[in-house]
Amino acid sequence: MASIDIQDIRKSFGAFSVLHGVDLTIRDGEFIVLVGPSGCGKSTLLRMIAGLEDVTSGDIRIDGKRVNDLAPKDRDIAMVFQSYALYPHMSVADNMSYSLKLRRTAKEKIASAVGGAAAKLGLDPLLERRPRALSGGQRQRVAMGRAIVRQPKAFLFDEPLSNLDARLREQMRAEIKKLHGDLHATSIYVTHDQIEAMTLADRIVAMHAGVVQQVGTPLDLYDRPANLFVAGFIGSPGMNFFEGRYLVSGDHADLRLANGVTLPVPRRAGIESGATATLGIRPEHVVLDAHGALEAKVDLIEPTGFGIIMHVSIHDVPMKIFTLDRAMLDPGPAVRVDLPQERLHLFGTQGQRVE
Amino acid sequence: MRSKPFLTVAHRLAILAYIVVALFPLFWLLKVSVTPNDLLYSEGVRMWPSRATFEHYTFVIAHSAFPTFFKNSLIVAGSTAVAVTILASLAGYALSRFRFRAKYWIVALMLITQMFPLVMLVAPIFKMLSPLGLTNSLTGLIIVYTAFNVPFATFLMQSFFDGIPKDLEEAAMIDGATQFVAFRQIILPLTLPGIAATLGFVFTAAWSELLFALMLISGNDAATFPVGLLTFVSKFSVDFGQMMAAGILALIPACLFFLLIQRYLVQGLTAGAVKG
Repeated sequence: MASIDIQDIRKSFGAFSVLHGVDLTIRDGEFIVLVGPSGCGKSTLLRMIAGLEDVTSGDIRIDGKRVNDLAPKDRDIAMVFQSYALYPHMSVADNMSYSLKLRRTAKEKIASAVGGAAAKLGLDPLLERRPRALSGGQRQRVAMGRAIVRQPKAFLFDEPLSNLDARLREQMRAEIKKLHGDLHATSIYVTHDQIEAMTLADRIVAMHAGVVQQVGTPLDLYDRPANLFVAGFIGSPGMNFFEGRYLVSGDHADLRLANGVTLPVPRRAGIESGATATLGIRPEHVVLDAHGALEAKVDLIEPTGFGIIMHVSIHDVPMKIFTLDRAMLDPGPAVRVDLPQERLHLFGTQGQRVE
Repeated sequence: MRSKPFLTVAHRLAILAYIVVALFPLFWLLKVSVTPNDLLYSEGVRMWPSRATFEHYTFVIAHSAFPTFFKNSLIVAGSTAVAVTILASLAGYALSRFRFRAKYWIVALMLITQMFPLVMLVAPIFKMLSPLGLTNSLTGLIIVYTAFNVPFATFLMQSFFDGIPKDLEEAAMIDGATQFVAFRQIILPLTLPGIAATLGFVFTAAWSELLFALMLISGNDAATFPVGLLTFVSKFSVDFGQMMAAGILALIPACLFFLLIQRYLVQGLTAGAVKG
């Protein structure tokens, strides 16, 4: 196992720049999730760590050793691909032992390593099968098995669960987490699924347009998103935003929306009166209260079984509310709500969090 | 889908008609090859002679230069097929996987070589091979055939490599393989259908090539069998029986070859087709 140190990594394809200087230090044994929308550069960053893409500038160190110019085979890392990338002409056992064979490991050692990994992943009865005779979940397991027989310095996962159906994804997610608990292997996991990011990560690296937006624990990102992008990306249903002008009068502050409505907001030192700002509140933090300060017109009700997502509008500004109160299945034409001050997030003109 | 008996029957009939038309010349070849000389012109047009004989075959094998032609053809077609497939595999892999400068122009040049009628090139090729001592030699033929078949075979192989996900060799490289080992141990085995298709295509092309063989080879020693067949044409007559018998014998290796690779070929041709 090893630490991974990334310093000012940049990547361009010709004139097109994909990563604009990424710095990241991954501790030994840490589970890091790179999360962001398609095209944010997260997969490119992972492939650069693996050695599958050249580094345009910057340094990557694995265990203190600069690996920029090392071939993938010399970096001692394992990778699980979205497509599984199992060798179709080899049995499961051969797939898993291929890396050890390339390293001319002794036969008995290979057998025990494959046996151990197979037992851990429940692959014992499948060892003689070819990949095409396996289900999606089984293929995924073999891909993981192929990674763990090697005991590499780090595991890289490139959206490994994206090809699985929802139920299986949930199950594999838990297995990956359990496996990491057993092996304590340094892991870097790329996904666009924020639930995977939240559930798996020791720390999340949220990326957008080739720039790291925030690095922190899942709850950091949920509780104190560094900017509008992170605020909108983490959490489901997504955070509600209200754009307006931040106005201070006396010892309290308001956000005046474009349609003239004012919402009371906490006073923050980081922003000047009159600046444009965005107010955010998560749907699950909006309080339904018969004596609430705001009236909200009910547009749509979406029951999820566990709770209810209510689409409402406050003076024609759309907002979502998440509630567990089944009475809200039939709330009538309007409800009254409160936006608790301690739950509000305020973002400045540039979208940055304002404290 | 509901089956429509009429359409099914029509479909089968159309296939049958096609097969009859396609195979009839082969049947005629066989028929003439077993017809004794005295019956060839005397019985009129018949589907099968009243008396069949293998005398043409025994004559061709025992008393003509055909075994030499046959051996030469095997050497030329076999060597060409192997050489082209090796070159085309490497070139096709490079075109499929690597980004390099002038790739576009290399592809364009390869296409240009395919644009000229071969007849135009006979004289210059003869002129080039002659001082090298490569006329009237099997090596010369192999070189020419290889040169002419490599471009198309390269495109064919490229389309097969394109069909194999890049992830596979990346996985192999992370597993500890160099790019070449990944190519040899992971990609090549998966390209077997493509290799079989290329082998088959080049083998038959070289096996039946007449123009260059005729122009570059003189004399029986280095003649391939298409050239050899012409020796059955003499000044005053054509020995059809022997010629047809030789033709049937010449079909055998091609048939055997395809029988051998057909398992891969069926997957291979469709894979190539889908990729276009």
